[in-house]
Amino acid sequence: MTLRTRLVGALALSITAYVAAEPFPSQYQALESSPTLIKNATVLTGTGERLEQTDVLLRDGQIAWVGEGELPAEVEVVDATGRWLTPGIIDVHSHLGVYPSPGVDAHSDGNEATAPVTAEVWAEHSVWPQDPGFNRALAGGITSLQILPGSANLFGGRGVTLKNIPATAYQAMKFPGAPHGLKMACGENPKRVYGDRNSAPSTRMGNLAAYRTAWIKAQKYIREWEEYERKIAEASKTSSESDDSDGSAMALAAALNKPPTRDLELETLAGALKGEILVHMHCYRADEMLTILDMADEFGYKVGTFHHGVEAYKIADRLAENNVCGALWADWWGFKMEAYDGIQENIALVDRPQNSCAIVHSDSEEGIQRLNQEAAKVMARADVVGMDIPPERAIRWITANAAKSLGILDKTGTITAGKMADVVIWNQNPFSVYAKADQVFVDGALLYDRSDASKQPVSDFELGQLLEARQ
Amino acid sequence: MRTTIHKVLLTLALGVVTSTSLAQDLLITNAQLLSQNGSYNANIDILIEDGVIAEMGVGLEASSNTPVLDADGKPVTPAFFAGLTVSGLSDVELVSESVDSGYSDLFTDTMHPEFDVRVAYNPHSSIVPITRVEGFGYALLAATSRDHTLSGTGGLVRFDGGFGSFEGRDVLFVSAGGWSGDRVGGSRAVHWMLLEQAVAESKGGDLEIISRQGRETLKRVMKDGVVLFHAERAADIMQALRFIADNRLRGVIAGASEGWMVADALASASVPVIINALDNLPASFDSLGARLDNAALLHSAGVEVMFTSNETHNARKVRQVAGNAVANGLPHEVAIAAMTTTPARVFGGQDRSLRVGNRADLVIWGGDPLEVNAVAKQVVINGKLDSMRSRQTLLRDRYLPESPAMPRAYIKP
Repeated sequence: MTLRTRLVGALALSITAYVAAEPFPSQYQALESSPTLIKNATVLTGTGERLEQTDVLLRDGQIAWVGEGELPAEVEVVDATGRWLTPGIIDVHSHLGVYPSPGVDAHSDGNEATAPVTAEVWAEHSVWPQDPGFNRALAGGITSLQILPGSANLFGGRGVTLKNIPATAYQAMKFPGAPHGLKMACGENPKRVYGDRNSAPSTRMGNLAAYRTAWIKAQKYIREWEEYERKIAEASKTSSESDDSDGSAMALAAALNKPPTRDLELETLAGALKGEILVHMHCYRADEMLTILDMADEFGYKVGTFHHGVEAYKIADRLAENNVCGALWADWWGFKMEAYDGIQENIALVDRPQNSCAIVHSDSEEGIQRLNQEAAKVMARADVVGMDIPPERAIRWITANAAKSLGILDKTGTITAGKMADVVIWNQNPFSVYAKADQVFVDGALLYDRSDASKQPVSDFELGQLLEARQ
Repeated sequence: MRTTIHKVLLTLALGVVTSTSLAQDLLITNAQLLSQNGSYNANIDILIEDGVIAEMGVGLEASSNTPVLDADGKPVTPAFFAGLTVSGLSDVELVSESVDSGYSDLFTDTMHPEFDVRVAYNPHSSIVPITRVEGFGYALLAATSRDHTLSGTGGLVRFDGGFGSFEGRDVLFVSAGGWSGDRVGGSRAVHWMLLEQAVAESKGGDLEIISRQGRETLKRVMKDGVVLFHAERAADIMQALRFIADNRLRGVIAGASEGWMVADALASASVPVIINALDNLPASFDSLGARLDNAALLHSAGVEVMFTSNETHNARKVRQVAGNAVANGLPHEVAIAAMTTTPARVFGGQDRSLRVGNRADLVIWGGDPLEVNAVAKQVVINGKLDSMRSRQTLLRDRYLPESPAMPRAYIKP
């Protein structure tokens, strides 16, 4: 190896470290599965369709076909007559693992509430995979979920999307190929947390100033890296075009152009500005959401999803126009001032415009177990005001739209051939208090079966508790 | 859109009825009633006179000026119980000046059983109609000073808009679990130490940890009231049962997520429970045994079960709580009773069953009253048709029209 190739190699490596290398990579591997034919189900596809008495084949971890197709020689057959099949349920807003059960102080790992800008922290580094909440959520049909930092900070850190399989460490749950999220928070929480300590921000205008200051730093960081990469690319070009057989021109370029120092905080913010990290913005009030959209225009980034958005119904058209999702509750309200104008038709009204992206989220270890019921409540309220929302439309709120928000719609979220075989079989129409997930498949593997205790995972924490009481 | 107009017109028609002064007379026709054994009786008419159920039967007739409401064969139940709430004691949870449900940092070290939240009740809080239009007629108004062993006193409140709409026995709220252990000295054993001392002081002698007024309240509540113990862990429930037996109290356990483990003891002591049937996680070391079929197991052991959602603003969620209890094995008619008549009886309120002579607090439902996909169609309180309007329905109606010409501040539904 010549000096030159060594140098170029080293340079390429350092640029790659910034641009592409993925630390803490996903080590997710689908669990073993055999081909499974689910027969005669009522299928809600997640694409807005409802198919009656339809067969679906799961093979090699994928949905092989819907309706008709070639059958493998050996296949498990599940009779789903009278039952309903939906895509695996997806929750875009969970704190499982970072605020796990039991909720003791030693487990409080969701808010790095020591500074208002902590874009450098990653929620995945707090996830405790033994949180019993994961298994409870699985029983409710949850196959993928995003774990977010809390909302104490303006920039709370990176969120991570997981597949809901029992694992010893989160890397084995990490959704392969899913982008990171950036959790940001509007309004009362940051200004209360820091205002109460007599530090900034203590007002909403303080919140805005601090976001903008951080974005400006991130823009500068991007420019520095671009400048560095441009100079190295130029040197590399010069070197290859001229006689630089000893590599001295490249060596000179390397000596004159030190790479900027990596900054974890700015790396995350830069990723958000460049659209590689999806922005998830906790925001309640309509006026604040519109202000945030203006700020996104100022810095040229995109708000992917507003979370909680208790007043999102007031700006439903603006959200749809801007292609922003609204991840919302069915009926929670009033616990703080910015949640005072909550209405039970919020999700239905956000769903109403063309190109909308309404999502039912939980932000709760209880709610995540029954997102289907939360959606059912919205459908019932919508019906009262003459909005007829059929199951095939409502299911999108907890499947396809959620997958879109997380940047994984090309992989999961609908019953479509070629996608991951993340599938739930329900004992009936899922939009009922009496509906239960009978079987839950993740990448074609049966991970939960309501009628088979051997297919019901138990976390290490719960194993062996209360032995005395169970005698 | 036609459906919308139709429904709006229907609502308006009902609204006109409400505004007449004779509104406390009403004939509801074609109601589906749930009988004791769980079957439904269809086509029942209910005649209400002066706010009271005057007659029930088939093919009833009323005088020509009595408004008639066709229930269209839908289920009709007594108005629901909203659980343990601080409705009317709190407008916004995090706005401390709007919250009156608990006390803290009083200038004395004594405990205050005489702290009575009912004197702080505001029937005009927007929460009251927001909860009522979902089919709720009453609740248990709770004292929530949970950093104290004795949180204070409350009782049943009717959601009829009255300033003094209280009924039933005084209810004393007691913490008996680990939740508040830190604040009272770092151990749940302190609760029992302090309770025994308070009981001793209530019987006479020097007063050290309760005031003179506290002594009177404690004496009164222990004799005629209900003592409600917050306890999740089975062992704490057993301590509460011992204390209840020793002092011959009317006791109730709230929380009780491990109640199923001591269901037989609860049943033989005839101590009812008020639970959140959605609690199925080990939220703390007090509730490692929480499970979804707690209600069903308690009921089959003979324990009287009631429900709460542990919410105030979203107290209406308790309907979903009861529905999930049924989905996990509790008989439907038992859950309906738990949501209607049982709490009134346990806390000494009026008989709330749909019987002649009882106050007409009832709801016409669009479907199964415990279903998330059904809603309350019409609430009747004290024989009056509710307007079915709340601050939330008005916000909804303001934002329902698409692209209004003028700012929405001019839309005043």
